[in-house]
Amino acid sequence: MQRELIDRIRALMDEGVATRVLGWKKGEFFYDTEPAILTAEQLDQLVYDSFCGPNLSKYLIQEMPKLEGKIIALIKPCDSYSFNQLCTEHRVDREKVYVIGVGCKGKIDVDKLRARGITGITAIDEDGDTLTVHTLYGDETVNRHEVLLNKCLTCKGKEHRVFDEQIGESEDTSAGADRFDMVKKLEAMTAQERFEFWRGELSKCIRCNACRNVCPACSCVKCVFDNPNTGVQNKAAADDFEENMFHIIRAFHVAGRCTDCGECSRVCPQGIPLHLLNRKFIADIDDLYGEYQAGEEIGQRHPVINYTQEDCEPSVVRERGNQA
Amino acid sequence: MSVNTEWKPKIVAFCCNWCSYAGADLAGSSRLSYPADVKIIRIPCSCRLNPLFILRAFQRGADGVILCGCHPGDCHYSTGNYYARRRMTLLFSMLSYLGIDSRRTRVEWVSAAEGPKFAATMNDFAKTITELGENVKLGDLRCKEN
Repeated sequence: MQRELIDRIRALMDEGVATRVLGWKKGEFFYDTEPAILTAEQLDQLVYDSFCGPNLSKYLIQEMPKLEGKIIALIKPCDSYSFNQLCTEHRVDREKVYVIGVGCKGKIDVDKLRARGITGITAIDEDGDTLTVHTLYGDETVNRHEVLLNKCLTCKGKEHRVFDEQIGESEDTSAGADRFDMVKKLEAMTAQERFEFWRGELSKCIRCNACRNVCPACSCVKCVFDNPNTGVQNKAAADDFEENMFHIIRAFHVAGRCTDCGECSRVCPQGIPLHLLNRKFIADIDDLYGEYQAGEEIGQRHPVINYTQEDCEPSVVRERGNQA
Repeated sequence: MSVNTEWKPKIVAFCCNWCSYAGADLAGSSRLSYPADVKIIRIPCSCRLNPLFILRAFQRGADGVILCGCHPGDCHYSTGNYYARRRMTLLFSMLSYLGIDSRRTRVEWVSAAEGPKFAATMNDFAKTITELGENVKLGDLRCKEN
């Protein structure tokens, strides 16, 4: 598929559709795939394999002012939601992007391989659902579904919400999992248990800001966390409160715009399940204001900047019980 | 002279300039009493209340935060309180999700003519917060008075 993709992009560039492509290239190791903007000469560096987890939509923002013609962007089905959301917010100009919808059968989390004690990975062969991992210490076989990225386990489906053309097949990897499972589990806990759960998680935060930088919804030109007057400017948290505040405010700022792409949790070096905060907002919005999926179409008005006269009162939170 | 060491809650009330702030005035001029622990901050509309303000209040040692605005449909700017209603619902739900008692946060709609309702609301809220005791879950140690 990678070959087919490169050939097609080269053909498009020859036709003069665009001069550059936003895709992925290999990083330090073959499993460290990183986003890259490549010209026709660099096209051979382009990779598309099972390690292309990163969501590319946000990288288009910085390209917009530089563009004279178009840029080709490789968009996976789940990334197409972020792409639409950025178009809705006028951060990305749909007219300036030639979207190739690339098929996705779930991406592999190399940390999950390591957690199984597989280290010294030198190469991976894929044959359907079976992965053969070549390591310095011999070969191992793993079922592909057991080492998928967490975000792939709650896959939003195989349908591209936006594309100019599609290449490759997609496959839904969610296997019927309910993405709100963990949110419900937390809601069922007592307040003290929840508090302790979140203290345990959020106290691991080192304020590297990776979650903010990768988040396609966190696209403000001026971020509140860059303002030195907030007292929470890019720095290590000095107190429990700052950890809480950073994550509450960040989750609140993306409420209604979060497409649940799961990038925040994927990039967190401390493994904090940050998507659970965003999912709580999504669950509440679905529950109180009607089902809503950000990025489904371009031009949606999200529920947090909308209202109806019959909305519930904030006391609904108290009335739900299980708050004390 | 004896020093009163009894713990008193700190309550921050964000009041809309066009209704609850005048309601608080009316409560005063009607000589209705409400606890002196309630610190009123005037805002131009309930939707001016940035969620960050609420967290900030808790950081600086508030034990409870209440937002008072115009009744839905009566907003001076037509629709501000409808937006505030959605935002506060989501924020309170999130605070509850993080294990912070949802009785510490409240929204009440109080018009300029409702002096007695303002006093009653504040009395009730102060009573709730006194029962809950000091807020320890969202405080900042550096802001603590010794």
